[in-house]
Amino acid sequence: MTSQIVEINNSENIDARESRERGTSVFPQLEALLPLISKPIQYVGGELNAVTKPWEQAIVHWALMYPDAYEVGAPNQGVQILYEVLNEQPDVLAERTYSVWPDLEALMREHQVPAFTVDAHRSVADFDLLGLSFSTELGYTNMLTALSLANIPLHAVDRDDHPIVVAGGHAAFNPEPIAQFIDAAVLGDGEEAVLLISNIVKAWINAGRPGGREGVLLELARTGCVYIPQFYDVEYLPDGRIKRVVPNRADVPSRITKFTLMDLDAWPYPKAPLVPLAETVHERMSVEIFRGCTRGCRFCQAGMITRPVRERSITSIAEMVENGLEKTGFEEVGLLSLSSADHSEIGDLARNLADRYEETQTSLSLPSTRVDAFNVDLANELSRNGRRSGLTFAPEGGSERIRRVINKLVSEEDLIRTVTTAYGAGWRNVKLYFMCGLPTETDEDILQIATMAKEVIRAGREASGRRDIKCTVSIGGFVPKPHTPFQWAAQLDHEATDARLHKLKDAIRNDKEFGKAIGLRYHDGKPGIVEGILSRGDRRVGNIIETVWKNGARFDGWGEYFSFDRWMESAQYALEGTGVDVDWFTTRERDYTEVLPWDHLDSGLDSEWLWEDWQDALAEVAVDDCRWTPCFDCGVCEQMDTEIQVGPTGVTDLPMPIPRVSPVLAQ
Amino acid sequence: MANKPPDRNLAPIAQKLRVRYAKRGRLRFSSHRDFQRALERALRRAGVPMAYSAGFSPHPKISYSNSAPTGVASEAEYVEIGVTRHCDPTKIRVELDAALPNGLDVIEVIEATSRDFSARLEASLWEMEISAPVQEVARAVEALLGASEVLVERMTKSGKRVFDARSAILLMESVAQSAVTAPAHTQMPPECVILHVVVRHIVPSVRPDDVLTALKQVGTLEPRKPVRVTRLAQGPLSEESISIEDPFDPDRVLV
Repeated sequence: MTSQIVEINNSENIDARESRERGTSVFPQLEALLPLISKPIQYVGGELNAVTKPWEQAIVHWALMYPDAYEVGAPNQGVQILYEVLNEQPDVLAERTYSVWPDLEALMREHQVPAFTVDAHRSVADFDLLGLSFSTELGYTNMLTALSLANIPLHAVDRDDHPIVVAGGHAAFNPEPIAQFIDAAVLGDGEEAVLLISNIVKAWINAGRPGGREGVLLELARTGCVYIPQFYDVEYLPDGRIKRVVPNRADVPSRITKFTLMDLDAWPYPKAPLVPLAETVHERMSVEIFRGCTRGCRFCQAGMITRPVRERSITSIAEMVENGLEKTGFEEVGLLSLSSADHSEIGDLARNLADRYEETQTSLSLPSTRVDAFNVDLANELSRNGRRSGLTFAPEGGSERIRRVINKLVSEEDLIRTVTTAYGAGWRNVKLYFMCGLPTETDEDILQIATMAKEVIRAGREASGRRDIKCTVSIGGFVPKPHTPFQWAAQLDHEATDARLHKLKDAIRNDKEFGKAIGLRYHDGKPGIVEGILSRGDRRVGNIIETVWKNGARFDGWGEYFSFDRWMESAQYALEGTGVDVDWFTTRERDYTEVLPWDHLDSGLDSEWLWEDWQDALAEVAVDDCRWTPCFDCGVCEQMDTEIQVGPTGVTDLPMPIPRVSPVLAQ
Repeated sequence: MANKPPDRNLAPIAQKLRVRYAKRGRLRFSSHRDFQRALERALRRAGVPMAYSAGFSPHPKISYSNSAPTGVASEAEYVEIGVTRHCDPTKIRVELDAALPNGLDVIEVIEATSRDFSARLEASLWEMEISAPVQEVARAVEALLGASEVLVERMTKSGKRVFDARSAILLMESVAQSAVTAPAHTQMPPECVILHVVVRHIVPSVRPDDVLTALKQVGTLEPRKPVRVTRLAQGPLSEESISIEDPFDPDRVLV
């Protein structure tokens, strides 16, 4: 048979800057460097369930980046979901890329090896889009490393036929600090967003790229749900506050809304979770059991920006667990969400799954954060077969007063009762999570943590009849986040944070009776200040990020790489002449009239409601959860035309799955 | 109640199977621990009826022997697994290979009918692809073989250690063509020499990087690119022909 040769005129695709054809592998160059670095396995890809498609088969090419080390990024659910959703599209191709450690970065620069994807080791610059998922702001400097290694200009306005750089993830709800580095930001759930963007980019490519780069960015901006920072100008008041943010192009909307995925049962991703060869931070499979949270904890950005609650049904969850185990061979399944015990069918789910997998060496885990006895029952159910080592609760605040401020309603009595139940059921170590630096907090609130921990041990010894029980107190510094009632709050400076934590340490260590049974884990307050600048910063913060990156900042989420002094020196240099400084962004309280950098980005939350909730916090007034009390008008459902989707579905007993015939035993 | 190991139904080992697998291409950068995790998951996916140890965190019964270092490819790695039901080795080979990522490839599975498998692994045949001029390599090889002792230094778990690399090297010769058929090897780079080296397994073990260190020490060898190493075989050593025999032979004879 003679093959027909079809000539395709894709002169648009020819990259004039390089002789190398787009989409070819750079692995041979990379391979020569791998024997010289630590943990080379993280850069080679080849994971079970990874996908590589022929470059020519796709019209739209996405590079998806999690801007942290592979061991953190590879298990990330968001990236895995989008990777699969995109690759299911016949004319779309998606590959993954992660941050390279400084040892490889240096060698890549020396040998001119460009930033690459781990799937087919294609140069990141060859892709049409580079999507970055920011779970935390501390990945910003890693984005600049990636752009620079990919030979993509750092500033969006300097780009030509380079990839369109799109930011997503929770940090993208205030992308202003990285506004000059990104072409676009997407708020909310990514599944439908990436498909919408793919379709717009595909239509633009197929039409011969009308209007060039600006043309496609305008198309995206006009949807009203893709934020293109360069199409908005920020004006400042003489005192440094923002005067207003206005579009600088015709028919670009003045507000951008978030994506909300409804009906999780229709989106059972990832269907084939990746199984990394390298060791990662989560050596398990995860199944998301619901999205959103309406507990209303005022410090929690995730709970505020992911509303409303949308549950996956018990049947659908069980199918995902079964299918995922078969495809991966993992021996642990985590049931993920912001507060898993709140799933309306969690009791039946836990019982059914525990029954199903009782004899299979498969373990189930639930990130338990709520403090009540029900949680202990659940944990008991899921650990039927295993060792009862550690159980985690998150009261978050040390005193009942501060818990009313943050809207985390747990009485001291409830907590002690819950923990006593846990010790009585055989759990040996209870971990308690708290925050330091919450609004209105005093030394007394923090010292209450010590009192509580001692009482926990006392009651626990009584309940278990043993003296070897332990309690670990973990404390994180509170950082006020955009789109929360605390977005106006003053952040506690790092000196005061450290002083408070030292007092707590003394109060625990000096106790002869209980001190040795209580472990204390905390970090100093400095990284929190940098996170604070990046969280509530505006476009002027972009200069700090660029300066500190040029001064060598990398992997800011890692203690061994983070340098507070480098950040502060860079901030001083970058903010010179602006009239604002680090304190202005962090420890300053804002008032209601101030235009916040993210006010033009719509998370659905009504800003009046947020302000009232902030006032309620100051008045120590609590709010209920709208899943079981009437709506309190946070604004999301009305604004976004969404609704709470919760069960129960009425299904309480799942049929035991038909036992899988072992392929090696089948006749 | 918790905190007592649960009374699991622990079926005894009904059959032991020996597996020969290869570590190829980019997956040669997987470490021994990476392979362990991948194998355990693959065994679960393939539905191999593994026997488990007792206790709080039961482990599947797998014994690993003498794995190749990270970054070194291999055509001859071995593990032994214990299963609770009699299995067809051919089926295990097919299913396990399908359940492992490409590049970790199962070559052969046999039923174990003999004992002391690990002791059979007396020596390895290594292929080293060295990017350097032929003369340069030849001089280094000659110098090494001519020496009675070449002391090399390596970091071990117990700190820096100096030991002789020469005595373990039984054979070292250049060959015209690579014995590895992986696609990456079809194109030989210019100025590249392929050495085949037979190394006896002794304590402390002399690894391919020790051999390379020794070559660099005695000659003026400077490879232009990282040396690519593949273990072609390991098994009983035939002292007359200085070659490696198949360690599965005793099991085959007894079947």
